[in-house]
Amino acid sequence: MSMTVEERKAANKALIDEVLKAYPEKMAKRRAKHLGQYEEGKPDCGVKSNIKSLPGVMTIRGCAYAGSKGVVWGPIKDMIHISHGPVGCGQYSWAARRNYYIGTTGIDTFVTMQFTSDFQEKDIVFGGDKKLDKIIDEIQALFPLNKGISIQSECPIGLIGDDIEAVSKKKTKEYDGHTIVPVRCEGFRGVSQSLGHHIANDAIRDWVFDKVDPNKRPEFVSTPYDVAIIGDYNIGGDAWSSRILLEEMGLRVIAQWSGDGTIAELENTPKAKLNVLHCYRSMNYISRHMEEKYGVPWVEYNFFGPTMIEKSLREIASHFDDTIKAKAEEVIAKYKPLTQAVIDKYKPRLQGKKVMLYVGGLRPRHVIGAYEDLGMDVVGTGYEFGHNDDYQRTTHYVKDATLIYDDVTGYEFEKLVDAVQPDLVGSGIKEKYVFQKMGVPFRQMHSWDYSGPYHGYDGFAIFARDMDMAISSPIWALAKNAPWKKTA
Amino acid sequence: MPQSADKILDHELLFREPEYQEIFRSKKTEFEFNHADDKIAEIRDWTKTKDYKEKNFARDSLVVNPAKACQPLGAVYVANGFAKTMSFVHGSQGCVAYYRSHFSRHFKEPTSCVSSSMTEDAAVFGGLNNMIDGLANTYSLYKPDMIAVSTTCMAEVIGDDLDAFIKNSKQKGSVPADFDVPFAHTPAFVGSHVTGYDNALLGVLKHFWDGKAGTAPALERTPNESINFIGGFDGFVVGNMKEIRRIFDLFGADYTVLCDPSEVWNTPTDGEFRMYEGGTTKAEVEAALHAKATIVFQEYCCEKTIKYLKEKGQEVVALNAPVGVAGTDEFIMAISRLTGKPVPAALEKERGQLVDAMADSQAHLHGKKYALYGDPDQMIGYAQFLLELGAEPTHVLATNGNDDWAAKVQKVFDASPFGKDCKVYPKRDLWHMRSLLHTEPVDFLIGNTYGKYLERDVGTPLIRLVFPIFDRHHYHRYPTWGYDGALRLLTMFLDEFFETLDANTIVPSKTDYSYDIIR
Repeated sequence: MSMTVEERKAANKALIDEVLKAYPEKMAKRRAKHLGQYEEGKPDCGVKSNIKSLPGVMTIRGCAYAGSKGVVWGPIKDMIHISHGPVGCGQYSWAARRNYYIGTTGIDTFVTMQFTSDFQEKDIVFGGDKKLDKIIDEIQALFPLNKGISIQSECPIGLIGDDIEAVSKKKTKEYDGHTIVPVRCEGFRGVSQSLGHHIANDAIRDWVFDKVDPNKRPEFVSTPYDVAIIGDYNIGGDAWSSRILLEEMGLRVIAQWSGDGTIAELENTPKAKLNVLHCYRSMNYISRHMEEKYGVPWVEYNFFGPTMIEKSLREIASHFDDTIKAKAEEVIAKYKPLTQAVIDKYKPRLQGKKVMLYVGGLRPRHVIGAYEDLGMDVVGTGYEFGHNDDYQRTTHYVKDATLIYDDVTGYEFEKLVDAVQPDLVGSGIKEKYVFQKMGVPFRQMHSWDYSGPYHGYDGFAIFARDMDMAISSPIWALAKNAPWKKTA
Repeated sequence: MPQSADKILDHELLFREPEYQEIFRSKKTEFEFNHADDKIAEIRDWTKTKDYKEKNFARDSLVVNPAKACQPLGAVYVANGFAKTMSFVHGSQGCVAYYRSHFSRHFKEPTSCVSSSMTEDAAVFGGLNNMIDGLANTYSLYKPDMIAVSTTCMAEVIGDDLDAFIKNSKQKGSVPADFDVPFAHTPAFVGSHVTGYDNALLGVLKHFWDGKAGTAPALERTPNESINFIGGFDGFVVGNMKEIRRIFDLFGADYTVLCDPSEVWNTPTDGEFRMYEGGTTKAEVEAALHAKATIVFQEYCCEKTIKYLKEKGQEVVALNAPVGVAGTDEFIMAISRLTGKPVPAALEKERGQLVDAMADSQAHLHGKKYALYGDPDQMIGYAQFLLELGAEPTHVLATNGNDDWAAKVQKVFDASPFGKDCKVYPKRDLWHMRSLLHTEPVDFLIGNTYGKYLERDVGTPLIRLVFPIFDRHHYHRYPTWGYDGALRLLTMFLDEFFETLDANTIVPSKTDYSYDIIR
């Protein structure tokens, strides 16, 4: 327990060496670059990232399609997103990310539906462009209130050379400028979902921003306090529990990207005074673009746990006048009793508990503060699809000698958890039951285990309650020791 | 501030608070530029009409909310049914993340499967190197006894040849020369998950029976008295396999289940993660060639496998997921005939107990109309049971059902007076079903979790009996097959009926005269 940092570093190193032994030599060398630990003062976490996964291992990563359709485009609610290709990708990503929205599904809102071109062998042989053309007609006939269509390419589209851009242009013309967006997010592109985010961002730039007539929405009147929430997908309502704080501090949220988002909000975003960016990984590209082209500055924020929320509210307010700064302080003061009560209730039960994380996007670093607010200790973390800039940003969150594992494989994660014996693992559905079988409490940190929201002050209360319920469940006492197995 | 530490509000209550209702209102009116409410209402009403239904049924390219998944999912299912077997999907890795998630969400269990992680370079040059490195890694890390390979659409479009690739990998020393690597090409643009089940199972059988891809002599069949059982793709496999084994055991039959994933998806929580558990062993697969017959529980899930078994000289009893009394009778009579053993008294008694239960309850289900969708064989089984209960399976739909299947369902309808107003819908999806439910309403819907959108849109109560079921827990632990399974189905039908009746009569001083305590 009371290991010194140096002892822990040595132990971590030995552990990593041990884990790597199972690989063929060449592969062990490749994986060695992705396993390490943070050393205080270093500019990043010392691991390589955003490199191809090894074949034949259980990588937890997804693909470019998942990054585009599943993350960025899927939650834009008044558009229809066609999973273009065979039936599977659309089926497996159907409503799985809990992007909450308000709307009449099937009429003016389409997030929890699965639209697919259901490619058959003949479409592979002869190409799917004609079918796509027809599909757009059928969508317009049956779903006349859709505000736009996106074409999310699955693997075969790029391989057989379909010209979805040409189809999009043609149909846009036919339907009087209707927004139709081709997205080249074939799953084989890149090394993970990360490239899909980038491709999706570029498609918004090229097929939404560049096509908007600046005089199209004269009814939209800007104010000095306009901000857009970028990179919050409203999982379990996260963007709403964030939006409420921004509005309380006097800002006007003119767009949500892309959770509960609409095409009108996307189109209006360049008129924002500031873009506030939650998931840096998935939407830094479009934020940078808006900065360069429209002069909209952007700021990263973190709404997990009161310490980070306070810091972020002040950071956001610093971009505005004293009125906003004063109101930000009021918001912080208003919620203090709530967060204090939550901490008073749960911290005594959670103090000193060890957590290992392995998630995507921003969470491998952003949630650390929330755990620390509850007295918990994150001893290991890693990204499914992080880049070097993510690992740089992580240094602000982790302590010396924190285990870091990039694109961890099923095998490695199991071994690391087995050796470290954390009190909680936070990862995804594919990992959940593995660790629960091992008797380790677990929370899904992609989907909040069907709970949430976790963002904002309202979300922090739920987060704290959930971590406590996972760790303090009486189940774990039953799991390992059948009474007849106890030795006298 | 709606939230408090004393009573923490979850999402379903939190966002009903006035603060949040206000942000929804202002977001909508100020920023969403949505259609007017009356326009939305107008279109919503129109989508419920016969006019809309006609337009909806006229579409031939767009598919909306299909009730099927793609081939490799079925292949992964099959790999899980063999002892110490790792499922290896050759293609891009995102697919495998999806299959693993899909199964884990349904079974609430870990699902192991690896990918060869093909990316752009493999798209250009082929995925041979991914196979060579991939098999070596899988072999070293996960120490399987067998690696069952299938493909994604990517590998199929570029034309990777699994047989050649595996041989090549063995030459390069990825796995020992005599290591078992059965394979199946499972393009996602052909058929559905049941096709993938068929191809993958056939791949395993062929591997062991036809000389392990040219590395061993083909096995000679010496017929014996044993029977094989093949279940097909089944979301209730954990409960059903137990039931099937119990029935065979009651007969004292010599039997082999070919492909049984029921144990790997039912491991205990006791401090240990078991990547492999149960499943058909290699020795069992080899011995299964000599069986006198194979009972295939789902015909449309095993078309190629059935053909192959027949070519080998086995008798094949092909069923269509028969459930209920006559369905189970058929299955049991087949075992009795094939083993030459009489039907055990215990089973006969169970049959009587099931009929007793049906007699007790038939009044509540008689004449009730059901809409159902799902895999082809299961639709036949459920339709038969509903007809037995005097209920009417009014709309029977399968996105992955063909015309041959439709003819077979029609025969089931024609055999019962309760089937005369029933219609079958091959190659249709759940948006078609929505039109059917609006224009020709029924009392209950049988389907999977995605059916809850239909339940919401139409108000037809949903009974979850079709894979996948994500939003209810543990259904898969109970059988739907055999007399016991039928009893479970009957209970589910009745529960939904009584719940609906209670909900419909619960309003005090208005409808609660019928809020009875004895039903």
